[in-house]
Amino acid sequence: MKIIVCVKQVPDTAAKVVVENGQVTWGDTPLVINPWDEYAVETALLQQEAHGGDVTVISFGGEEAKEALKHALAMGCGNAILVSEPELGNADSLVTSHVLAAAIQKIGDVDLVFFGRQAIDGDVGVTAAQTARVLGWPAYTLVSAISELDPGNGSIRVERSVEEGRQVVEGKLPAVVSVVKDIGDPRYPSFMGIRKASRAEIPIWSVTELGAEVSEPVVTWPEITNPPKQEVVTEIVSGDSSKEIAESLAGKIIEEKVL
Amino acid sequence: MADKIWVYIDQFNGEAIPSSWEAIGAARVLADQFSGGVTALVAGEQVKGAAELAVQYGADQVYFCDDATLKDFRAEPYASLLSGLAKEHQPEVILFPTTSRGRELAAMVAVDLKTGVLPDVTALEVQDGSVIATRPVYGGKLLTKAVCSTRPQLITLRVRAFPTPEADSSRTGNLSEVPPAVSEDDIQTKVVGYTESSGRVSLNDAGVIVSGGRGVSNNPVLMPPEDMDENEIEIWRAQQGFKLIGDLAEVLGAAVGASRAAVDAGYVPYDHQVGQTGKVVSPDVYIACGISGAIQHQAGMRTSKVIVAINKDPEAPIFKMARFGVVGDLFEILPHLTEAFKNRLSS
Repeated sequence: MKIIVCVKQVPDTAAKVVVENGQVTWGDTPLVINPWDEYAVETALLQQEAHGGDVTVISFGGEEAKEALKHALAMGCGNAILVSEPELGNADSLVTSHVLAAAIQKIGDVDLVFFGRQAIDGDVGVTAAQTARVLGWPAYTLVSAISELDPGNGSIRVERSVEEGRQVVEGKLPAVVSVVKDIGDPRYPSFMGIRKASRAEIPIWSVTELGAEVSEPVVTWPEITNPPKQEVVTEIVSGDSSKEIAESLAGKIIEEKVL
Repeated sequence: MADKIWVYIDQFNGEAIPSSWEAIGAARVLADQFSGGVTALVAGEQVKGAAELAVQYGADQVYFCDDATLKDFRAEPYASLLSGLAKEHQPEVILFPTTSRGRELAAMVAVDLKTGVLPDVTALEVQDGSVIATRPVYGGKLLTKAVCSTRPQLITLRVRAFPTPEADSSRTGNLSEVPPAVSEDDIQTKVVGYTESSGRVSLNDAGVIVSGGRGVSNNPVLMPPEDMDENEIEIWRAQQGFKLIGDLAEVLGAAVGASRAAVDAGYVPYDHQVGQTGKVVSPDVYIACGISGAIQHQAGMRTSKVIVAINKDPEAPIFKMARFGVVGDLFEILPHLTEAFKNRLSS
């Protein structure tokens, strides 16, 4: 089975991201593989272990994205490819999905493509569905479990985490799958894996050589700001007993007239 | 002439998701600036009732598609339907509620129409005929104003970020039934069913959320059953703690949330996680119990109207964002709080 995982390099969740002089900055907090993408890598590796084949991890980004790829290699992915184009600058989701789809087609004979549910920088969360649409493949998004996978028969059954509960969906391969946290905790890179990843020569594919149908980004962010400071005056509710505190607190919440 | 502002009405089992009405409300404000009306789109099986309701909430025209292939949401046939209608009628803007379905549908329609999608938007303004959409990024640590140079502009609205308009049963509008775009044979997936369809309040729509953190398992007075090992004891303690949270939630008609620490420790399923790698919520009241308020958690709940924190540690960062704080033992406070609300809200 041929499996692809798409990953992105982002600032860590613990980073204090702020705008300074119009520039987004997060100090010296390191960039990391997008946390949701680690779940995608884990899922890909589990499916490979169960059904054989190979896992290729790809990222569309700058040189720094190699670190995310190396993390995925250290977790156990067999190959990594960086898709890069210095000219492209701020790609939007439409550009990104066309580029990824072209890379997936170039790799060829792919059965499954995994994504994390969204990247924690742009919080856009549409790339998996868009890449599937470009490829003309079904998208199984927000997947919390893969209950059946039959590469020979080209079929899959998944559980999706939607607002109303778990939706069970089955359908065909090849397909795009985006995963949520319930899919299972990602493994830690092994010592051997880290050594192998650090030596890996990661090939760089340019967008031009992929022949992707790429136009100028249609979505732009002309303004990015720090959110207005929320002026909260905290009132500490106290009293002689828990009962008294609780009653006073309930009264105060009701007085806010939001219940 | 067709309306320039469209709204996708999200539904489940034929019943419209309430955040769809918020989108109609936002669409009306835009439509006034584009000097036109609002067109709503409803797809599903037995959705004429939802289509009629859309008129009551402010739609002037409704396209609805009633077909067995659309009974359960599947992004592909829904996208083909919506993309076809949009190609025919050329709207300027299509608004969607940011539900799992709304986001995925907008994503695919954007590919079909070669246009941009602006997801999870919290405010809209119009400048020179373009919509400028405010959206939180980096887990709400920053705000962007985003624009889309192509048409239609596809925008999904964060649930509860826009007010719900009043329904008016005397409003009239034009309902047009449209055929589905693809037949069952051309759809590559099948919805088998639902394993865990529960009546619990969904976190995204909840007006009130009571959340528990790691501190929920620390009740010192509980005596666990003797045959348990250490891990089992921790989970058992957490379950007792979350029972107190559930009791309060029930009295308030609230949803139950949790911090990442509580989810990672296995206290409650991931569906409950609030935060940067969980759900982003915006309720009227958010009651955080035994949650310290790490930056990742704040990212998921900072826009709540009234935040209440109950925590033993007076230095916990959650107090800095709370309107009301109680420095104390949640196991002692919560039962009394539940009781107090029970008395006050029933009288």
